[in-house]
Amino acid sequence: MLKDQDRIFQNLYNDKGSDVSSSQERGDWVNTKEITDKGRDWIINEIKESQLRGRGGAGFPTGLKWSFAPKEVGSRPHYLVINGDESEPGTCKDRDILRFEPHKLIEGCLIASYAVQAHVCYIYIRGEYFVDGQKLQAAIDEAYEKKLLGKNAAGTGWDLDIYIHYGAGAYICGEETALLESLEGKKGQPRLKPPFPALIGLYGCPTIINNVETIAVVPTILRRGAKWFASLGREKNTGTKIFCISGNVNNPCNVEEEMSIPLKELIEVHAGGVIGGWENLQAVIPGGSSMPLIPKERCETLKMDFDACVEEKSGLGTAGIVVINKDQDIIKCMARIARFYKHESCGQCTPCREGSGWMWRMLERMAKGDATKDEVDMLGDVTNQIAGHTICAFGEGSSWPVQGLLRHFKKEIEKRNNLDPIVQKKNNIPYLVDQHLLDKKNA
Amino acid sequence: MSLRRPAKDQPESFEFNASSLEAANVILAKYPEGKQQSAVMALLYIAQKQNNNWIPLAAMKYIAKFLDMPYIKVYEVATFYTMYNLAPVGKYFVQVCTTTPCMIRGANQLVEACKEKISENECELSNDKSCSWMEVECLGACVNAPMMQINDDYYEDLDKQKTLDILDKILNGETPKPGSYRGRVNNEPENNRKTLMDLKNA
Ligand SMILES: Cc1cc2nc3c(=O)[nH]c(=O)nc-3n(C[C@H](O)[C@H](O)[C@H](O)COP(=O)(O)O)c2cc1C
Ligand code: SF4
Ligand code: FES
Repeated sequence: MLKDQDRIFQNLYNDKGSDVSSSQERGDWVNTKEITDKGRDWIINEIKESQLRGRGGAGFPTGLKWSFAPKEVGSRPHYLVINGDESEPGTCKDRDILRFEPHKLIEGCLIASYAVQAHVCYIYIRGEYFVDGQKLQAAIDEAYEKKLLGKNAAGTGWDLDIYIHYGAGAYICGEETALLESLEGKKGQPRLKPPFPALIGLYGCPTIINNVETIAVVPTILRRGAKWFASLGREKNTGTKIFCISGNVNNPCNVEEEMSIPLKELIEVHAGGVIGGWENLQAVIPGGSSMPLIPKERCETLKMDFDACVEEKSGLGTAGIVVINKDQDIIKCMARIARFYKHESCGQCTPCREGSGWMWRMLERMAKGDATKDEVDMLGDVTNQIAGHTICAFGEGSSWPVQGLLRHFKKEIEKRNNLDPIVQKKNNIPYLVDQHLLDKKNA
Repeated sequence: MSLRRPAKDQPESFEFNASSLEAANVILAKYPEGKQQSAVMALLYIAQKQNNNWIPLAAMKYIAKFLDMPYIKVYEVATFYTMYNLAPVGKYFVQVCTTTPCMIRGANQLVEACKEKISENECELSNDKSCSWMEVECLGACVNAPMMQINDDYYEDLDKQKTLDILDKILNGETPKPGSYRGRVNNEPENNRKTLMDLKNA
């Protein structure tokens, strides 16, 4: 288990307070100027050496991302945008940073803004987190009062303004370009990439976008050194991470742990074990609903980091761990996730807009045992026609969980769904307008 | 995608009152000159708050003029984002999360409680018109599942009885205390904390 002194988020459970003076007791804001005095190149380099990877889901190396910001500020200002949309089912860690460790985030914003030469930073928070956003706003107000923000922020010689922008209930706005559209006052529909936001982002200006947790760990890394951070976890999967453990465990919780910690340890030690015991475990979604589930056998030894989860054909994502025990109907669980994606598709790309509904309706019927034998493969086909054929990664996010289900629980689905193929039975299934195409002779 | 339609009965006109106007001007100052369209989301919230928790078409037209942008662009935004209520929802708006992490911890019991206390169907006003409920997607409090949101506040670690009690309170015009209903502290593992022990005991 990670030593308490190596935990970055000492106030994760709000044992102390989130105001400036309590935060300073925890080490925030104590020598911000000394850090920025070392220069942007030093900061970016140190973050590169810490091997910090983005905590928003994709795991992109943070130092590298910052280095994409133009070296010189041209006619267009630079922006820093913080992604606090946190809507991936299973994930609820950024909320605790916003409400209990706001100064880690604000100080991180100042340092990151200095590093990428931004004088304005927007923090985009999902609309439902209004109360938590107000707590962050109070912290920002206090920071202005104490001259930690505004002109010559914290004595660094850098001017910075931070503004909160609330979303309004659209998961897709967590996708970085949809978030920018939303910030510009439009529907949150993702942009085609390239161009990438680092060059053409908010209002067409160079923009660096990072997750709340990514930015909040920056000051501690720079204080304690890249070497310290990199000594935790393993190569390319370094540092600490807040894990959210939800679902069928005895003590669901958020906990900051070392990267690469065994999944079993997280569940058994921190979350009090699976309800009904480890043997009652059915599957785990390791990184928020977009990541394919991992069946019990593979959970025994899984280490929770980016690369280890990829080896299991899944991903660490946001580290939102959803534990599903044998009391649950796994097909229903996945059908409900498919309904989420059907609800949240922004509708721009046909495969995603239509396919997300297909997957949901097919899974609903499969949960009831109303599907035909050939539909199981057809469901797989639908996922393949979505993934890789859309503007944004939502397409993968919606089809991967279904592919995970098919990979590990195909037998289960087939056992329940063995009606004869539609064409033979001439079943009339309203949404399948092209039923005749299923007849191989016609195809 | 979700399908959203404006209410049939619409008021003739809408205008910001003094405090809304003040709030709107504070918001405008957050964005660069010429980029006032960025304020549209916040202004829609302000309109919603002023107008009993829902946004009439007249308010969208008013905001379009206010921000010097086409009405259709405001309409697009208002209909795209699900937190803008396009029809009356009642003074107390109950949103029950039923996404998988909440579902597998019994979110359906919360839905049952809403059906018993508020209305048989989603998005239908209670008899006294003070309250309505709906199912929503993950609210980002999954380790406190099952949970629901009433107006701005989160009610967490619920079961059927606790939900019934909360709904009784709001139907009586009281505001129940938000947070965990098992009395645990925020997101810590209840009775099983193994970390940050010095702080806990300090
Ligand atoms: C559909 C979709 C939803 C996303 N939601 C979020 C989110 O809620 N929060 C977040 O930080 N990143 C989210 N992301 C990832 C962002 O696009 C982006 O990679 C991230 O904010 C970058 O920050 P990081 O490098 O610090 O992780 C989402 C991506 C997709 C495709
Ligand atoms: S993949 Fe889906 S969510 Fe992403 S842009 Fe296309 S339709 Fe929108
Ligand atoms: S699933 Fe209900 S809060 Fe996340």
